[in-house]
Amino acid sequence: MAWFRKEKKARQPRRERLEIPADAWEKCEACAHTDLREKFVRNLNVCPSCDYHRRIRASDYVALLLDDGSWEELDLDLKSADPLEFPDYPQRLNRAIAKVGEGDAVMTVEGTLGAMPINAAVMDFAFMGGSMGSVVGEKIARLGQRSVERKHPLIIVSASGGARMQEGALSLMQMAKTSAVLAQLAERGVPYVSILTNPTTGGVSASYAMLGDAILAEPGAVVGFAGPRVIKQTIGQDLPQGFQTAEFLLDHGMLDAVVHRKQLKRTVEQLLRHMSGQPASTGWTSP
Amino acid sequence: MGTSLDFEKPIIELERQIEEIRKGAGKQLTGGTDGLEPLERRLAAMRAEVYKNLTPYQRVQVARNSKRPFTLDYIRLVLSDFVELHGDRLYREDAAIVGGWARLDGETVMIIGHQRGRDTKENLRRNFGMPHPEGYRKALRLMKLAEKFHVPVITFIDTPGAWAGLGAEERGQSEAIARNLFEMSRLETPIVATVIGEGGSGGALALGVADRVLMLENAIYSVITIEGCAAILWKDGKSPEMKERAATALRLTAEDLVRLKLIDEIVPEPLGGAHANHEESARALQAALVRHLDDLRRYKPEKLVRRRRQKFLHMGAFAE
Ligand SMILES: [Zn+2]
Repeated sequence: MAWFRKEKKARQPRRERLEIPADAWEKCEACAHTDLREKFVRNLNVCPSCDYHRRIRASDYVALLLDDGSWEELDLDLKSADPLEFPDYPQRLNRAIAKVGEGDAVMTVEGTLGAMPINAAVMDFAFMGGSMGSVVGEKIARLGQRSVERKHPLIIVSASGGARMQEGALSLMQMAKTSAVLAQLAERGVPYVSILTNPTTGGVSASYAMLGDAILAEPGAVVGFAGPRVIKQTIGQDLPQGFQTAEFLLDHGMLDAVVHRKQLKRTVEQLLRHMSGQPASTGWTSP
Repeated sequence: MGTSLDFEKPIIELERQIEEIRKGAGKQLTGGTDGLEPLERRLAAMRAEVYKNLTPYQRVQVARNSKRPFTLDYIRLVLSDFVELHGDRLYREDAAIVGGWARLDGETVMIIGHQRGRDTKENLRRNFGMPHPEGYRKALRLMKLAEKFHVPVITFIDTPGAWAGLGAEERGQSEAIARNLFEMSRLETPIVATVIGEGGSGGALALGVADRVLMLENAIYSVITIEGCAAILWKDGKSPEMKERAATALRLTAEDLVRLKLIDEIVPEPLGGAHANHEESARALQAALVRHLDDLRRYKPEKLVRRRRQKFLHMGAFAE
């Protein structure tokens, strides 16, 4: 998990350490707690004060979940086209690529977790709100088929506002496409763990996100079919406190567990070991 | 609820004139209606002209028109021997989706479709054809029932979308839709889906994972409502200009969906749209359904499922 490991540096003199540049500080979006960015990062971007799980990038989740240096990215050359010639779509795509990088709104990798070979897809909300268009659907479908062929467990970390409008009905059909691959995976008895992060709504929640053999969510993540704004508009009243949070879904029987980011890898490994007939990891035997 | 369409006004006006002449002729008892023939020819030409040039936004209005035949109308006109089945066996009955046993050309089928209402009272009961999770779970129950007895499934899609509300979320709207996509992709019996009006996003697709997907000529199929699209992208979901813009941008007409390789066939509507002649519209739909089911019955269940999966796996447009 190299990405949050503290860089080993020579200890600096006390005087200099006080002169920390302003951009080294970050503020928690939930409680306004201010701390050194490094401290947030070391804490997996969970607020040290209120435990708010801040949004992190797809590559951060890959580093968090997979064994160090075990993984390789797949299908990086798949690129969104503009099949509908939708107004402003190429420009939006270019802005997203400039901001986030290639790979569209999902990063797919193969690697190991607890030394078990696995395939993982991690959505990136920073890329057009994690919206699912043809590329996201295709990358997840290919990864799922790879899991079917090799019988390697599948993990998908979702973060998405839903289907990508700019690809119209093509985006909609990605829901059917990904669900069809998951049905194949289920028939072969290959485990699939779905991890929901903030937010997981719309077409993503109404397809692969809710189809896991185990469904986990990060604390406080907003998960639902319709976004809170849409529901508020439809029913014309304020939503109850905590509506559509991971904890709300857990209470309503829609999730297996709400898991703290620090426990995520261990929990996924435990689940995968149970579901693929592997012995418990050493040192994990519970009382 | 969009019962009179602006662009149909000249048609309606001419229809009224013809009707008046007819009434007049009836009173006179003699004289006949010979003079009507040119007017009727003009009416037909006008219908053809207007409907040949529908803009995507006008198509949306036609697709949503409450004078169009709904699922229960097609059940009456296309099928026979209907026995409606109710409830999801988990929570409640959802009248936004209707379903049951019926016969197509004498053979038993399972019919499932979204049901809109024509008046306020009916729309309250049917929730404007916007299902709760229970509706989708009822639909899935009926599909599994059809599979059990080796009976094909026919679905009619006609919804603005799945309901967005507190209860729907509490009871797992997302899970219900996802489950249907998953199970429909592996159902071991033929499925033919037809978008008969509005095919609104995931709430439509939850009845739409089929061996053959058809659309009526003036039906639409979209990832989001035009209002939702315009509101998100251009901060204005109300003005006709923005709705028009969204309707055009989203490529939601039947021709668009064929071009994008997402549907198999367009079922022709009578001149002036399905609402102009329910019976004629039903005849065309019936012929298409019989033809597709005859074809699909040739396949063994495993092959059917394999082909259905391949079909959906190929959907998408990207560069590589
Ligand atoms: Zn905080």
